[in-house]
Amino acid sequence: MTEFWSILGGHTGLTVIAGAALIGALAGVLGAFAVLRRQSLLGDTLSHAALPGVCVGFLVAGAREPLAILAGALGAGALAALAASAIPRVSRLKPDAAMAIVLSGFFAVGVVLLSVVQGRASGAQAGLADFLFGQAAAILRADLIVMAGVATLCLGLIALWWKECQIVAFDPDLARLQGVPAGAVQAGLTALMALAIVVGLQVVGVVLMVALLIAPAVAARLWVERLGPMVILSGAFGAASGIAGALVSAMHRDVATGPVIVLVAVGAVMASLVLAPRRGIIAAWRQSRADRAALDQAAVLAVLRDLARAHGDPAYRAEGGMLDAALGTRSRPALETLARAGLARKVAHPPETTPHWELTEAGLRRIAAGVGG
Amino acid sequence: MPDTPLHEPHIACHIEDLTVSYRDRPVLWDIDLDVPPGVMAAIVGPNGAGKSTLLKAALGLVRPVAGHVRFFGLPYGQARRRVAYVPQRASVDWDFPATARDVVLMGLYGRLGWLRRPGRAERARADAALEAVGMADFARRQIGELSGGQQQRVFIARALVQEADLILLDEPMAGVDALTERAIVAILKGLRDQGRTIVVVHHDLQTVRAYFDWLVLLNVRVIAQGPVAQVYTGDNLRATYGGQAALIGPEGPAAP
Repeated sequence: MTEFWSILGGHTGLTVIAGAALIGALAGVLGAFAVLRRQSLLGDTLSHAALPGVCVGFLVAGAREPLAILAGALGAGALAALAASAIPRVSRLKPDAAMAIVLSGFFAVGVVLLSVVQGRASGAQAGLADFLFGQAAAILRADLIVMAGVATLCLGLIALWWKECQIVAFDPDLARLQGVPAGAVQAGLTALMALAIVVGLQVVGVVLMVALLIAPAVAARLWVERLGPMVILSGAFGAASGIAGALVSAMHRDVATGPVIVLVAVGAVMASLVLAPRRGIIAAWRQSRADRAALDQAAVLAVLRDLARAHGDPAYRAEGGMLDAALGTRSRPALETLARAGLARKVAHPPETTPHWELTEAGLRRIAAGVGG
Repeated sequence: MPDTPLHEPHIACHIEDLTVSYRDRPVLWDIDLDVPPGVMAAIVGPNGAGKSTLLKAALGLVRPVAGHVRFFGLPYGQARRRVAYVPQRASVDWDFPATARDVVLMGLYGRLGWLRRPGRAERARADAALEAVGMADFARRQIGELSGGQQQRVFIARALVQEADLILLDEPMAGVDALTERAIVAILKGLRDQGRTIVVVHHDLQTVRAYFDWLVLLNVRVIAQGPVAQVYTGDNLRATYGGQAALIGPEGPAAP
């Protein structure tokens, strides 16, 4: 075990990658619940509001103590969440306006405190400014231990109370009716989200942390249709984003990690929007094309049927131009498709020289079974 | 929880003096209501009459300012296994990543208790409930891909799997086609014939006599309650619908 830690300690790069992967996975998993419970804006408020807490934690501890900073950030986040939920109750302000005011107010206080801390000799070296946009390369072994602890706690609790989290996220009323303490589970999920945000700040930064929470979840939802796979995939997207950010951060110390991580995560969303098998743009486009083609074919079959009936001849040969006129559009592509499917065939009808079409046996059977089928 | 003495145990749902208000406006006023076991009851009234609120308040999802509710003689907390609730379709997040079977399984979470996961036995029960409402082929579909009537049937399956003696449904026939409506009514009547009690918030006066055997007319207060044949009168309907009574003929609306 000590050997394992010395390897990690000796290899800064490994520490950084492990930390960023942990943060990404944690944010992805809790982000899935945040998105499903419509708490994206609360996540953004918590992360921005953590900045003054980071500074206060540093000032109290006198050094960059991970636990002191964590506690400060959590305290400030809790205060902000309480303020955001209290303001609409005591005033006429709407919840989103209250949230925005709390977010920007706390963040402004944080930036002021940050400049105070930066003015001190000890503060300038502590690199607290990294908390704005994140710096994975600054992850120390002590940070990694805290991150691992928090990740184990969060993921363990969610695994243990999986079905309670699921039912509360889907239908809090049903949860309550079943005797599940929905309020406690909701509060627990929100608290875990706050914890995940706070430990992720150092890597991603307060400004963009919400993106690492939301983007992997949104991307994952596009690929899968059940909660378990969505949470796992979201965690994987988050971890991959974190690792990518850490690698760039290790190679270029002057590039902030947060934006890189978020770019990768947003890239995953974009790619998923286009490529996802059922919900993606390409899939939707293909589906609508297939629907339209099927509709065209059904319409052509119906016209052929009507003409055959009108002439009392099941093998009636219809001229292509007649079909176009009946449908008000070019019938040729649909006819070709029907021919390939063996439902219609092109035939000559001398003395006329234009192409004519008649129904095949299979086509007649299809019509007998109902044109749409 | 200490056992409370039974109060009106022979009544499936007993409501006394129930009053609910939003801000300063009462939405339900002094409701006294008894639904006997084994009936299929409709709660009917105009928009804003408090029909949905009545179900929610009875179940404790909305906090009443006065009154009490007993199911088979017990407060909801001690009778929860005997009571199931099917919410309005519009209140559900249909985009949630869950299959029809996942949703039905959630009906079993209460009795599974903490930490226990649904296993093979639970999945079999969920599939049987889906089968009973004709949705077995859709067990693996994401719920948003189902039609309105299919979604409704999945939620009825969730109530079935709970093996409740009393099922409360909020507008189960809203937004489904006539064929589906008849299928849902047939399922509910089947449940009633097994001895269960069905209470439905219903919006269509025309079908009340065909579907139900018990009727509650509600407009903030209870206007009338009892067997459909006694309650479904022109006077009662006019008292319930007030200004909208022009829609109703002198002998009540035409029989369906």
